[in-house]
Amino acid sequence: MTLELSLNQQPAHARQGSSIGQPLTRRDGFLKVTGAARYAADNHPPGMLYAVLAVSSIARGRVAALDVEAAKAHHGVVEVMTPKNRPALAADPDAKDHPFMFRLDLLQNDQVRYPNQSIAVVIAETLEAATEGAALLSPRYESLPARVGLDGAESFVPRGVGIGSPAVHHKGDVEVGLKSAKTRIEATYETPAQYHNAMEPHAIVVAWDGDRLSIDTPSQGLAMAQGRIAGLFGIAPENIHIRSPFLGGGFGSKGMISGPQVLGILAARLVGRPVKLVLRREQMYGPVGHRAPTRQTLRMGMDGEGRLTAIDHHARTASSTFDDFFEPAADASHTLYASPAIATSHDAVRLDTGTPLFMRAPGEATGSIALESAIDEAAHACGMDPLEFRLRNYAEVEPMTGKPFSSKALRECYRQAAETFGWASRPLQPRLMRDADGFLTGWGMGTATFPAIMFQAEAHAVLRADGSGLMETGAQDMGQGAWTAFAQIAADGLGLDIDRVEFRAGSSDLPNAGIAGGSGHTATAGMAIHNAGAAVIARLADLATGNEASPLFGAGNEGVLARGGRLYRRDDESRGESYAEILTRAGLTEIEGHGKGAPDPASQETYAKHAHGAVFAEVKVDPDFGQIRVTRLVGAFAAGRVINPRLVRSQYYGGMIWGISFALHEEAITDRRSGRIQNANLAEYHVPVNADVPSVEALLVHEDDPYVNALGIKGVGEIGITGTAGAVANAVWHATGVRPRRFPIRIEDLLG
Amino acid sequence: MRDFDYIRPATIPDAIAAAAEPGSAYLAGGTNLLDLMKGGITSPERIVDISRLPELNRIERLDYGGLRIGALVRNADLAHDSAFASTYPAVAEALLSGASAQLRNAATVGGNLLQRTRCSYFYDTASACNRREPGAGCDALGGENRLHAVLGWSDACIATHPSDFCVPLVALDAVVEIEGKKGRRHVTLEEFHRLPGETPQRENALEPGDLIVAVRLPAEAASFSANARYLKVRERTSYAFAVVSAAAALVVDGGKIRAARLALGGVAAKPWRARSAEAVLLGADANEASFASAADAALADASPSGDNAFKIELARRIVVRVLMSALSGTPERLPALPASPFSNIPGVRHDA
Ligand SMILES: Cc1cc2nc3c(=O)[nH]c(=O)nc-3n(C[C@H](O)[C@H](O)[C@H](O)COP(=O)(O)OP(=O)(O)OC[C@H]3O[C@@H](n4cnc5c(N)ncnc54)[C@H](O)[C@@H]3O)c2cc1C
Ligand code: SF4
Repeated sequence: MTLELSLNQQPAHARQGSSIGQPLTRRDGFLKVTGAARYAADNHPPGMLYAVLAVSSIARGRVAALDVEAAKAHHGVVEVMTPKNRPALAADPDAKDHPFMFRLDLLQNDQVRYPNQSIAVVIAETLEAATEGAALLSPRYESLPARVGLDGAESFVPRGVGIGSPAVHHKGDVEVGLKSAKTRIEATYETPAQYHNAMEPHAIVVAWDGDRLSIDTPSQGLAMAQGRIAGLFGIAPENIHIRSPFLGGGFGSKGMISGPQVLGILAARLVGRPVKLVLRREQMYGPVGHRAPTRQTLRMGMDGEGRLTAIDHHARTASSTFDDFFEPAADASHTLYASPAIATSHDAVRLDTGTPLFMRAPGEATGSIALESAIDEAAHACGMDPLEFRLRNYAEVEPMTGKPFSSKALRECYRQAAETFGWASRPLQPRLMRDADGFLTGWGMGTATFPAIMFQAEAHAVLRADGSGLMETGAQDMGQGAWTAFAQIAADGLGLDIDRVEFRAGSSDLPNAGIAGGSGHTATAGMAIHNAGAAVIARLADLATGNEASPLFGAGNEGVLARGGRLYRRDDESRGESYAEILTRAGLTEIEGHGKGAPDPASQETYAKHAHGAVFAEVKVDPDFGQIRVTRLVGAFAAGRVINPRLVRSQYYGGMIWGISFALHEEAITDRRSGRIQNANLAEYHVPVNADVPSVEALLVHEDDPYVNALGIKGVGEIGITGTAGAVANAVWHATGVRPRRFPIRIEDLLG
Repeated sequence: MRDFDYIRPATIPDAIAAAAEPGSAYLAGGTNLLDLMKGGITSPERIVDISRLPELNRIERLDYGGLRIGALVRNADLAHDSAFASTYPAVAEALLSGASAQLRNAATVGGNLLQRTRCSYFYDTASACNRREPGAGCDALGGENRLHAVLGWSDACIATHPSDFCVPLVALDAVVEIEGKKGRRHVTLEEFHRLPGETPQRENALEPGDLIVAVRLPAEAASFSANARYLKVRERTSYAFAVVSAAAALVVDGGKIRAARLALGGVAAKPWRARSAEAVLLGADANEASFASAADAALADASPSGDNAFKIELARRIVVRVLMSALSGTPERLPALPASPFSNIPGVRHDA
């Protein structure tokens, strides 16, 4: 018998937690540092062949010829897949049934619509033979001029941005607000195209067995991937088994199954043998998404007290010529600063690039660096300290909607981070601080925010007669520590010590755990786990309280507590018995329960739900060379319940370091003529190295939120980038007096 | 990957005989060659693996006071040889400012001299590149070229030589010892690398089959040990090629400059010895004003080859600073962030 309980329930039978909140080390840490963790590309089913993509070097046009004969003649090459012989699909890869279905390049024709688009797949006995076979294809193209850059095509207003948000929003009248202002600022900021660059490239190992598919591939959303593949191949989702126990990072690029992964499946079908396909680093710059470039103009007006009278935030962004994803950068101005008039708008151009996609804090990161820079400019224009200015414009309700916040400990974040950082002694004017060695020193700050999102997830719980438990959900560990955090929630959900719980995840034959994205995985799958635990404990409690032989007989109305593998009477903890005793008496080997996690529509209507934080940065700048170093970062974040402070801190660190990267390092350098990315490798596509991050501190600010979900979890995966990037930019201004308006900040911008 | 023959010769003559065949390439640490092969930028038909030739692995002190560094000495081993680092501190500092610890453990002396440019169009085989394919054209002109050359470039090629190691070496009059079909010869490092002119594909003085066996430093190079520095401005604190770098070495006596050496990196297709600046410095007062004049002299012939005019002014400032640092004396210990502006001051903490 199974029980399904309602969402976000507060069960009569309480479980008393002890694992949640503990700073446990990663359960998968040992496997990873010893190399025993098996990533997708580590799998080698018998008879496996190697597939290598041939990709386009032009941005736009068509493939006029491929020397398939030369490739096939190379020893070891088994087959070459081109539009001519690619196995049929059940669905058009260019169909778009819903906004989350992204068009894929699956050799449906000879057209080229971006550089690095797949134009053929070579399948061989060895990786080397397949690689050489791909080179021997020597494609000939008919090419058209590439459309490059934010002015590279005619602009238009997209129908929606991000996840279906209108491109234009407003409240009040910003023109009136600006006119009435005592002080005004206007500034334009540019952010470049960025690529996810997960350490693990997209890889897939595929074996067909009739119309059944066995797949090893990294996925942030197993059920979605399963559904997409099922649709493309016209087979039942349950015939597709995807294993993704570990991801070597995803950052959004593994949220949806990508074209190259599907080509691996097609290649295996074509040759009738298992196939492995792994992208080369440079092949990740095209078909697996990126963060679109933006150019953002902000106008702000302030009254005599430094109160905002208007915020106008416009963002120009870019999508591909054939699909829609529009970086919702200007929406960053909806949630942070109170103003009687707010307007946000977007327009876009279509370029010959791969389709941009979600990349860690999509819209929030790009919007935040512009908004936080503009807020800094506004504070300066008012002659105010940037923290004081932010407090003056503190939003007591969500500015755009007027909804109350479900919780918002941002004031406490400001206070703790400012105090730890030593902000109070900051001079107002720029270029006043030098350290003992003569470096220009600057302090800047930014506010961090990210919405608390939930998706849909399910979990399955089992209690066994030996007193152990099992929790199953198809959750995805991208390196963020899901194996550990979910096991902690499972242990508390089952009222067991964590060592007594077997936790299974990372496989598509488990209950759908939703997507590891939007910083919503812990809340969503966590609630499913929590509710599955509640369901099975309720069933156990019924067995005990309904049986005369149990010391808990008749305790049903009072309720029982579950802890350490025992149930206790709530009103008399001296009376209790073990799970094993209850199940043995009932003659059961195990019982099970199911749970779901989903947003609560009612509280969704009523409350604005966001995590918040404050980040303070110190930079040093060489006065002659303009070389920058972020010498100190202090962030304080309030994001509801902390399941595991060690893992949460490491998410904040990672996000904050990404913020440094955004401000100072990351940029895809695109040739303005060919549209090809010139630095598609990890030597020249810069991200920070250890020496760039000498000191980073993340403070966890306590926050209870009764509305987001029963566990009180918001999300921590993305917020760290927001706020930080702007804080670094503002610190550079404070050090040098030069206002960064183009990111990443370059040496020549500061040479003076 | 293209099939190729792999040969591991036991002796230097065997190596040279094997490499004399057209289409051969020596393999040392492989940190550059293998990347180029994987990218299809070079496709040698025959790899001659010299990495286990024992006689190329030695650092020898020569009778007359010079030093001979075998071509296979690893970058890390050389930099961490304490006698070497104290005698030629700017060279050690340059080595340690290059690449990453893992790469320095693999990279060799000879390979470092011969590493190819990082011009992205050279790496992108779909682009036109005269260096890769003579006569094809140069897509870096009018392209993304903010890091390209400001000295000694031609319309045929505006690439830079990326090595850090070579910059102090050329300042210290290093000599490349080459063994070829016709025996052994010596070429100064200054003459070893070529400017592009009309033939950018001819990058250096090597003939087919020539093997670099050693790099020599003359006795005089040791006389600068008290006042020698390397300074490298880059776009992250570590693990990045130089935007511009400079090596300076001085002998100062009674406030006057008795000997001066200056070279720039990241500005030209070769490590750039700034002889005109040295002439300005010789006999001058050792102060910032002289250094500024020297910087002007060093960059007098510079011109932007694209969006890189800022490198000229940057180079001037780096010259002044590196000379100031050299004047203030070689630090007792190598800084934790070698050659970084952020550890220019002796004793500065790594995390300061
Ligand atoms: C990511 C990255 C970052 C880097 N950053 C820096 C940096 O900041 N600063 C810097 O200076 N360098 C940097 N490098 C370059 C690095 O220093 C060189 O790759 C290395 O020095 C090459 O040495 P190797 O022994 O590996 O050469 P190989 O790759 O083995 O050979 C390079 C070339 O030299 C030839 N060759 C090698 N030895 C001999 C010989 N004895 N005689 C004749 N020919 C020979 C080979 O045929 C080949 O053409 C970086 C490299 C990478 C990959
Ligand atoms: S600058 Fe030199 S290396 Fe670069 S593309 Fe032009 S010719 Fe080739």
